[in-house]
Amino acid sequence: MRYAGIDIGSRTIKLAVIEDGRLVLSRKLVTSHNPLETAKELMDGAEFDAITATGYGRHLIKGHLACPVISEITAFTLGSRFFSTDCRSILDIGGQDTKAISLDNDGTLCKFDLNDRCAAGTGRFLEVMATVLGFTLEEFPAAALSARKAVKINSMCTVFAESEVVSLTSQGANRNEVALGIHKAIVSRSAGLLKRVASPGKIFFAGGVALNDCVRILLENEMGSPVFVPPDPQIVGAIGAALSASEDG
Amino acid sequence: MSDYTKMWSSLGLDLKGHDALLSVLGNAYSAIFLSQKNRPEGMKYFDFVMGEVHGLRIKELMDAKAQGRVVIGSYCVFVPEELVLAVDGVAVGLCAGAEFNFEAAETLLPRNTCSLIKAAFGFKLGKVCPYLEASDVVVGENTCDGKKKAYEILAPLVKDLYIMDLPQTKSETGKALLKEEYRKFIAKLEKVSGKKVTAASLKKAVEIVNTKRMAVKRLAAIRSADPAPISGLDALLVNQVFFHDDPVRFTESVNKLCDELEIRVKKGTGVFPKGTTRVVVSGCPMAVPNWKVPVLVESSKAVIVGEESCVGERGSRWLTEVKGNTVDEILDSITDRYFNIDCAVFTPNPSRVDYVKDMKKKLHAQGVIHYSLQFCQPYIMESGPVEKDLEKSGIPTLRLETDYSQEDAGQLRTRIEAFVERLKKK
Repeated sequence: MRYAGIDIGSRTIKLAVIEDGRLVLSRKLVTSHNPLETAKELMDGAEFDAITATGYGRHLIKGHLACPVISEITAFTLGSRFFSTDCRSILDIGGQDTKAISLDNDGTLCKFDLNDRCAAGTGRFLEVMATVLGFTLEEFPAAALSARKAVKINSMCTVFAESEVVSLTSQGANRNEVALGIHKAIVSRSAGLLKRVASPGKIFFAGGVALNDCVRILLENEMGSPVFVPPDPQIVGAIGAALSASEDG
Repeated sequence: MSDYTKMWSSLGLDLKGHDALLSVLGNAYSAIFLSQKNRPEGMKYFDFVMGEVHGLRIKELMDAKAQGRVVIGSYCVFVPEELVLAVDGVAVGLCAGAEFNFEAAETLLPRNTCSLIKAAFGFKLGKVCPYLEASDVVVGENTCDGKKKAYEILAPLVKDLYIMDLPQTKSETGKALLKEEYRKFIAKLEKVSGKKVTAASLKKAVEIVNTKRMAVKRLAAIRSADPAPISGLDALLVNQVFFHDDPVRFTESVNKLCDELEIRVKKGTGVFPKGTTRVVVSGCPMAVPNWKVPVLVESSKAVIVGEESCVGERGSRWLTEVKGNTVDEILDSITDRYFNIDCAVFTPNPSRVDYVKDMKKKLHAQGVIHYSLQFCQPYIMESGPVEKDLEKSGIPTLRLETDYSQEDAGQLRTRIEAFVERLKKK
């Protein structure tokens, strides 16, 4: 049997197909203004026997595809076990939200918390800040890591932080140091969320922002715990949904 | 429905705004309540009451006024209905449950004010709450700092705002203060009504209110059954109507509903399948028509089986045990009763979390949702320790903080669904 999971996120839509406990297909597309069409495009030609949806658009697809839905929290909990069995907590920084999840000894969902209703300190925040500083998303972490000290960023609101960064650079601040300051701001906020719920121990880091080395390194320092980033941190939710489909089937 | 336009105009309501409010309310009510499956027949009475909440009930208030009875409006369960009834008055809860006219409210209040206070002002400034306009006296009680200061701003806007002070500690001096405030309130009521509070009138009033509370306590106890014989939404509605309806008729209707629900329990039928995930909601009051979180919970494969809230068990779980025969002795008994209320304005307030644990156990719930209104400092501050205590006792707890707007419905749904999934795994 082939089980699929689709994770309809705010910035990207992810599809994973699992067969005999192996990941046999993984696809990603930018969400666009029409997530339903993008989801259809993503599933085009993919073969599977059952599918489960997750992500903020999970209820959107329900009317078009007879499939169960699970919350992102459960999807990430299940998906994390696909890659690692010794993590005690999960941090997922996605396009528009941040989730912190603590796991019981047997790897089931214990406590969780999410960021407030705005996108402060999420992937979208990083994107906007990189653009303001003239970096691509790929250059951004390396630039930050090259700085010897950080310029402190006080605002966490994307709009306020943008004007703060603009005024800093116009005052002649070093842009690598500003970049490091931005990364530190994200990490301190996410670590705060994680500390509220997490048990000490290895941290599973997922979502698009986990691709950013600077955030990973700073997070490790801040939490004093090893941080594990799976090979493809963006697909974790979709894999979790596929695993849920296999549990139901 | 009869035409109440003349009555509304005479009360000084803004007819256009009021029509708009009623139409939104009517549509929401149909979508949320009438669409539920397997509703008890007994809910038809409450549907009728809601349909006439600004109509027939207001006419009753106007008729009472014409007979020389006073109408006393209030925003809090610390204002004793018994005292109002003892001067043959009518006690009504005032509208504070919807995001109406917040722009106007924000011209007088800081933006960072809780929705409940903003709503009270929105209704007043928009002239759309007939209960408020029909009230001879509006009682403002010193509970939280937000309400306390807001009443200073409300005072010039209403006919007769009466401030009732409240204690903040469960001490002997606190209790003495409460009794003194109730004594002053009696004097105020006697003055506006021209009637004397006697031992007999007070005893009778206590009995009416006790009987009313016994009926909602009966309803609360029936909800321990699985499958749930009534939805959390419908039970909340009953607790909301508690503040608006004629007490004797309300009591009869709740008891009739309970008769029906007891038969359901015997037959093992309910509104959701047996084994549906059960939660208790604890925290800030949900004034009518605030149904936002219950709608999300009950459309996420869970059922609410109890409310630890002023619109719920915190408002109704104690009865007045009359000891003595004089007005002063009965007033002591009433004070004892109200002094139990474990509102988060008290410090410390340990009995609240203990009762949440009790409710979780006796209602066979799997978890607790702590509900706070944004900027409601007492409940938000208390939510952290309450959550910690509950989790330590093995009770999964989800803390939500929200307001009356719909813009965070998606985020709330994600949290609630994940919480229900967590409870199912247990």
